[in-house]
Amino acid sequence: MASADRSLGPMITCREFEDFLGDYLEGRLAWGARWRFRLHMWMCPECRRYLRSFRRSLELGRRVFAEPDESVPSEVPPELLRAVLAAVRTPDDGDT
Amino acid sequence: MARRTRDMGTEGGEAAEEAEWVAALRSGDEASYVALMQRFGPRLLSLARSILGNEAEAQDCVQEAFIQAFKKVGGFEGRSPLWPWVRRIAVNACLGRIRARHRQAEATLEAWQPEFDADGCRLGLEPRQLPAADELLASDRVRAAVRAAVRALPEIHRTVLILRDFEELSTGEVAELLGLEPGAIRVRLHRARAALKKQLEPAFGGKGM
Repeated sequence: MASADRSLGPMITCREFEDFLGDYLEGRLAWGARWRFRLHMWMCPECRRYLRSFRRSLELGRRVFAEPDESVPSEVPPELLRAVLAAVRTPDDGDT
Repeated sequence: MARRTRDMGTEGGEAAEEAEWVAALRSGDEASYVALMQRFGPRLLSLARSILGNEAEAQDCVQEAFIQAFKKVGGFEGRSPLWPWVRRIAVNACLGRIRARHRQAEATLEAWQPEFDADGCRLGLEPRQLPAADELLASDRVRAAVRAAVRALPEIHRTVLILRDFEELSTGEVAELLGLEPGAIRVRLHRARAALKKQLEPAFGGKGM
């Protein structure tokens, strides 16, 4: 985006767009800031593409982490079960 | 598995079943302990490993979490489902480990933040065409890259990202769990998201994967 002089009006810079991004995604921007954010997005193809990639990376993260990690056993290791049961059977000082 | 666990306790039948289960746990019934470990264990192991980036430590934390849960279950009032309660105990166990470690420098994260010129204009070129998520996820290398990118984040940023975006806790819940202000969570979350995006750029641009 061509450089924007903040004193000229509502146009924000790409850096300010970045600063607003988290609150925009959480729906926390006040009306005026949201309008300025959207105006910048409309005017700046680079930030528009950035936001699209940003959202896509989050979608990939959510979907990959919603599935079990194949390197993690699908069942609880028996030694873990045994260790927990042994520990629970043995009252510590705080339980007496 | 993930979705089923997350939805537990939201339907009437399951809520009644869970109330019986809680009663058995509170009475010290070992079969109910085993059932709980078998039901939540794999998901907790996966979560702990995602946060800690280490299988052995993840197992230790989950073991510690189950022991704590069974010792505390007498005080569990059953107002909320079991899963969030057990998850909170496990996350706290992971956080204890993280605090005990030497804090990782956040300098790594700087390299993954967006860059701007002196006028505040974005530097770097974003791809004009972005592959669809389904297309990207069909590649094992991309899936591995997503996990690696999350693992590469500093621990606190990784934990915030996992709890807020992947476990879908609210910002307030994450702040409470981590003992930070919601504003601090938002800053870390945004930097973690930006770092994830930066690391996945080769996949989006079709280069290197």
